[in-house]
Amino acid sequence: MAFRLRQIDVTADGRKIARDKDIDQPQLTIGRAAENDIHLPDLAVEPQQARITRLAAKRIGIEATGTLGFTIDGAVTTAATIECHTGAELRFGGSRISVSLDADEAVLLTIERVEAATEPNDERGGVSLVGVLPSKRAMAWLSALLILGLFLALPIASHLTRGPDPKAHVIGDGSWSPGKLSAAHHALESRCEACHVKPFESVRDAACLSCHKDVHDHATPGHLGTARGDPPLGELLLQSVAHRFGKPGPGACVECHREHESVGQMALPRQQFCGTCHASLSDRLTDTKLGNAGDFGTLHPQFTPLIVTDPGSRAMRRISLDDHPRENGGLFFPHKLHLDPLGGVAKMASTLRAERGYGNQLACKDCHHPTEDGVRFLPVRMERDCEACHSLVYDRVGPTFRTLKHGNIPQMIADLSLAQPSRVVVPIRPRPGEFAAGGTYYSNFTSPGGGSVLSRAFTRQGVCGECHTPVFTGGQTSVMPVTQPLRYMINGWFSHKAHAQEKCSSCHNADTSSSASDLLMPKIAECRTCHLGEGSSAPVPSSCAMCHSYHPATSAPRRAKPDRN
Amino acid sequence: MASAPDVEMRAGRKAVIEHEGFLRHARFRWLKVALSVCLIALIGYFAADVKPRPYGGSWYGYSSGTIGALLIVWLALLGIRKRAMTAGRWSLKAWTSAHVYLGLALIVIATLHTGFQFGWNVHTLAYALMLLVILSGIYGAAVYAMLPAALSSNREQLTLGQMVEGIRAIDRQLLDAAQPLPQHYAELVLAASEEDSFARSLWCRLSGKYPHCATQQAIAGFQSADADPSTARVETLLIRRKAQLDRLRRQTRLKGMLDIWLYCHVPATIALIAALTAHIISVFYYW
Repeated sequence: MAFRLRQIDVTADGRKIARDKDIDQPQLTIGRAAENDIHLPDLAVEPQQARITRLAAKRIGIEATGTLGFTIDGAVTTAATIECHTGAELRFGGSRISVSLDADEAVLLTIERVEAATEPNDERGGVSLVGVLPSKRAMAWLSALLILGLFLALPIASHLTRGPDPKAHVIGDGSWSPGKLSAAHHALESRCEACHVKPFESVRDAACLSCHKDVHDHATPGHLGTARGDPPLGELLLQSVAHRFGKPGPGACVECHREHESVGQMALPRQQFCGTCHASLSDRLTDTKLGNAGDFGTLHPQFTPLIVTDPGSRAMRRISLDDHPRENGGLFFPHKLHLDPLGGVAKMASTLRAERGYGNQLACKDCHHPTEDGVRFLPVRMERDCEACHSLVYDRVGPTFRTLKHGNIPQMIADLSLAQPSRVVVPIRPRPGEFAAGGTYYSNFTSPGGGSVLSRAFTRQGVCGECHTPVFTGGQTSVMPVTQPLRYMINGWFSHKAHAQEKCSSCHNADTSSSASDLLMPKIAECRTCHLGEGSSAPVPSSCAMCHSYHPATSAPRRAKPDRN
Repeated sequence: MASAPDVEMRAGRKAVIEHEGFLRHARFRWLKVALSVCLIALIGYFAADVKPRPYGGSWYGYSSGTIGALLIVWLALLGIRKRAMTAGRWSLKAWTSAHVYLGLALIVIATLHTGFQFGWNVHTLAYALMLLVILSGIYGAAVYAMLPAALSSNREQLTLGQMVEGIRAIDRQLLDAAQPLPQHYAELVLAASEEDSFARSLWCRLSGKYPHCATQQAIAGFQSADADPSTARVETLLIRRKAQLDRLRRQTRLKGMLDIWLYCHVPATIALIAALTAHIISVFYYW
């Protein structure tokens, strides 16, 4: 026996009926035509579709005789060999033929009509990821709604519905901040609405001025407009676009004071910012007294310090250092004499060394004391800085010396008029050299050469006259008032403290000055040995903001503020 | 002039004969366009010289931001455009090519727009989502270029349905062949045939590793069995099942790798558009 066909039929009530038929021939044909050994009445099957051949006891071959081929274990092919003890499953159209070996070693072909196989759909189940992952649409909607809700709707709703209480915070607008505020505005970090007053309106100057009430304008708006002149075409285009969108400016606070930069200090204005107007200011602002300035190294006028020109009226004038100005503060004072390392002053200084802390000669610091902030120097005070040498002792009563009171002329007149000429002395401390009789510092109150003690005090060699110019006002002898300016550069900032590593003589030629009218100010050229413009390779590239403030103020410009390095 | 139609015809034939993918479309036309856009953006960035440091609110920032936002909207429109397949100069392929290269150019444009200022805010969220979309897109373009060949060779001209049907056919034979076996063998066979070919986690699908495969366990269980014919038959069928299952799993893995990026690309695009909207509105709300 070669083949056993087992036809499985299903009855109307679902029962299966198996009918066996043994065929003892080496080959079987399969097809729709009635003459086939296995007749499959199915339009999906060819009239002659395949042929099964018994190759060995437990092996059969199957080959397609038509064009469609056949399906074996799910795969379409045209020829195959089947080991019957393992078996296989063939499919022709809607019929399935299972190959196996029956108990009596006959090749069993079980033929069963089946429903059309359900093709798994790529999109639902199967190899597709649908079902394994949440749907794309759901993820998209969920994330979009979350983002719009948290980062847009919530802050806007909170902003629009917040109460009039100024402390009422807007919820969620922290996510809008593009960067941290500068250190000065740190307190406003969670109060966006303090500056962003109206929705969709860029920050206005009024918001800044609500706190910064005492900020001065750089110049009048008219002057500013003229000084700016017509911007270049590109700038003009940008400005017109900005205006169209309601941006303020030019000259609005926010143009320079950029916020949300996540840096501790607000950024300094660039040199170019000043240079835009000031580099060619005289072209547009014809009545300006300011010289053009665009770069400290290459385009900056000579310094014009404010100096005393008339000590009597204390009149002051700004004069360029190029014009060799002479200062007249109302005092005679030769720096050279005091700083001479070999002169009498040096000798005197070394004598007073233990008592006053001087060195082997006088140094600048012995008379000039810095202000508390170290920026400038205090005016020289006679009592503190001069009197150690320039004694005002005029009388001795027993072991006590009587001293004139500096700065009080009526008192001095009274004191000297009561003094007994025979007792008027110079201090008994030994004073060699020029302090001896005839020397420059010899204060001779008791000269027998005629004249009163008082009148001699005002002579050029007298105790007053050696430093002061006598004047006769209101029927009384007096001296010219002394003016010691604290600040020469009224618009530029200079800090001595920042230059502490330099010697005084690096900039001030005091040791060669024989007259108090010498203005010992360095010219711009000396500054330029270290300081050049912003982009230069100088040891200290210096932008305008190092010395100048945009908003006129008496304090240091921002670059020179102590907390800025 | 007479030869013009001839040339055109030859060109047309050539286009039909030699397939040109969207990456190489029109001799990399959109790659060139995208590179030019990047170059212009870079020149603009350095020419703008925004002080104290570049940021999105400068004229360059607004310009690059506007271009970037419009580009994002246009790129996202591929999702709609792809549903209409057309040919020619404005073909879907040209559109896809532009989508890929202009999408890459967006990295440059948007990064320069930020002025390299990042923080924990909605603006950086939009930027991060944009990068996520672009990176997933790069992955997508790469797998589209590399995987279809592997997918095609793995399936060996079988349809997915045939693969599944093949496993089902073996299962039927298995259930039949296992009838004479003792219960503990029968249970192994039952577990193997009841195993869902597709289920399991995303990780299994993408890694192709199925550590608790019931078919594999059944094969291991049968290795120690006696060499009687019915056991041998079941074992052979199990090994055959495993081979078919492996092919199906390779197919699942390749298809998963081809599909997974869209699960990031598409939702992240929508999230990006939401974040972009929040970014733009918030910037001008608190201008």
